[in-house]
Amino acid sequence: MIHMKDVWKTYPNGVMAINGINIDIEKGEFVYVVGPSGAGKSTFIKMMYREEKPTRGDIIINRNNLAKVKERHIPYIRRNMGVIFQDFKLLPNLSVYENVAFAMEVIEESKTNIRKKVMNVLEIVRLKNKARFFPHEISGGEQQRVAIARAIVNNPAVLIADEPTGNLDPETSWEIMHILEEINDRGTTIVMATHNKEIVNTLRKRVIAIEEGRIARDEQKGDYGYER
Amino acid sequence: MKGRSLARHISEGGKNLIRNGWMTFASISAVTVMLLVVGAFLLLIMNVNHFASSLEEDVEVRVFVDITASETDQGELLSELENIDGVDAIEFVPKEEGLDSLIASLGDQGDIFETLRDENPLNDVFVVQAENPEETDLIATDIEELPHVENVEYGSDIFEQLFAATSLIRTIGLFLILGLMFTAMFLIANTIKLTIIARKREIQIMKLVGATNGFIRWPFFIEGLLLGVLGALIPITVLAYSYSRFYSSMGTATGVEFFQFLPTNPLAMQMAVLLLGIGAFVGVWGSMMSVRKFLRV
Repeated sequence: MIHMKDVWKTYPNGVMAINGINIDIEKGEFVYVVGPSGAGKSTFIKMMYREEKPTRGDIIINRNNLAKVKERHIPYIRRNMGVIFQDFKLLPNLSVYENVAFAMEVIEESKTNIRKKVMNVLEIVRLKNKARFFPHEISGGEQQRVAIARAIVNNPAVLIADEPTGNLDPETSWEIMHILEEINDRGTTIVMATHNKEIVNTLRKRVIAIEEGRIARDEQKGDYGYER
Repeated sequence: MKGRSLARHISEGGKNLIRNGWMTFASISAVTVMLLVVGAFLLLIMNVNHFASSLEEDVEVRVFVDITASETDQGELLSELENIDGVDAIEFVPKEEGLDSLIASLGDQGDIFETLRDENPLNDVFVVQAENPEETDLIATDIEELPHVENVEYGSDIFEQLFAATSLIRTIGLFLILGLMFTAMFLIANTIKLTIIARKREIQIMKLVGATNGFIRWPFFIEGLLLGVLGALIPITVLAYSYSRFYSSMGTATGVEFFQFLPTNPLAMQMAVLLLGIGAFVGVWGSMMSVRKFLRV
């Protein structure tokens, strides 16, 4: 599903963020990416949805090599992956329904198709009764669920989560985790960067630890391994 | 692109115009001012061109034949004229005909010349047309050398000055138009940039969920197009109206047969199409300039 081969990333300002990473993530896996701040976690995640391009090496997702793909093909590759963030990135002037529908509108899906699928994913994230609300009218956890709904509405093979619980209290964080697990159970591969020790240590999954741009540890059902 | 997407792009583009209120106003004003000047110059240049080309057709050498010349002398002269290089057409105007047209041109006062019918003081005239208007000069000097030629007349200096003036007007107009076009374009580019900054987050999300650059570009394309086209409306109306007023007032004035203005009907239409085209071009170009920089992320 996701294969990284000898991936390096040096930013134009000389910062060496990733220094030779090899990794294989199979279809349907749930992977935590942990590590201290500034260790290259963020760059690692950003390269997966081709926000950043590796300086060297290959990143193959769904048989597409993100290191070599042409600029104009990137949109089509992104349609097969969902991304969620710490700050949700919802559009404040669109309702919950419209925020989710937006992801389908911009890839020119038909109206009837949009209505059917949006209501479907809103049911998965249990927000069907809040479809008409605006982001400022719902809680942080609910906003993140809207973002998840938007990320999965186009049926991506991979869901990439960059600190999805970073802004949420513990209880709400668990709510989000249960939804992510459900989505994972449906066969979607999930890669999640996180600082949440409690979640990683409780909901045991594969853990990849990144330090100084290298893989420091890669264990099935691993623990968080850092003090905080 | 699909039809419903086009509808979406148009409504988004329209919304942007309203959202950027004052900058939209500034851009449209810039286009309006630019097109007013461009349009005025267009009307001027088209009329000057028309005038110049009608003059060019009229550039002719009038060869006055000696009154003493016999009919055979005139025949010799005609064949000599025909032999000169670059002569296109020769028309013979006998003195009787010359007098007729003189009397006709003077109207009521012409009647006093009727008494001259019996002893016509005018010369027979050959009207010589050059193949190439610029060669009129040379041909005229050649003709002056020929026997039985009393005098040669052609408006050399006036024409040269006129040709120089028309080309000067064309050059000034062109520079003015280009300068104004760039000004308007940069104002539009700035307006669109504001739109883009205001919608930065939206664009980021669009890119994340897999919108193509083309799809993201469309609303800005529409916005630029609207800025340009809306800016063309006032100049077209004002110029077409003023020109038609001007044209009809010139039509009723006497004695301007010498300068034929182009009629309002096809001219105003041509100008409208051109101004709309220039407005649309400037608007789209300006908007694409600022979007391009932004989408390279």
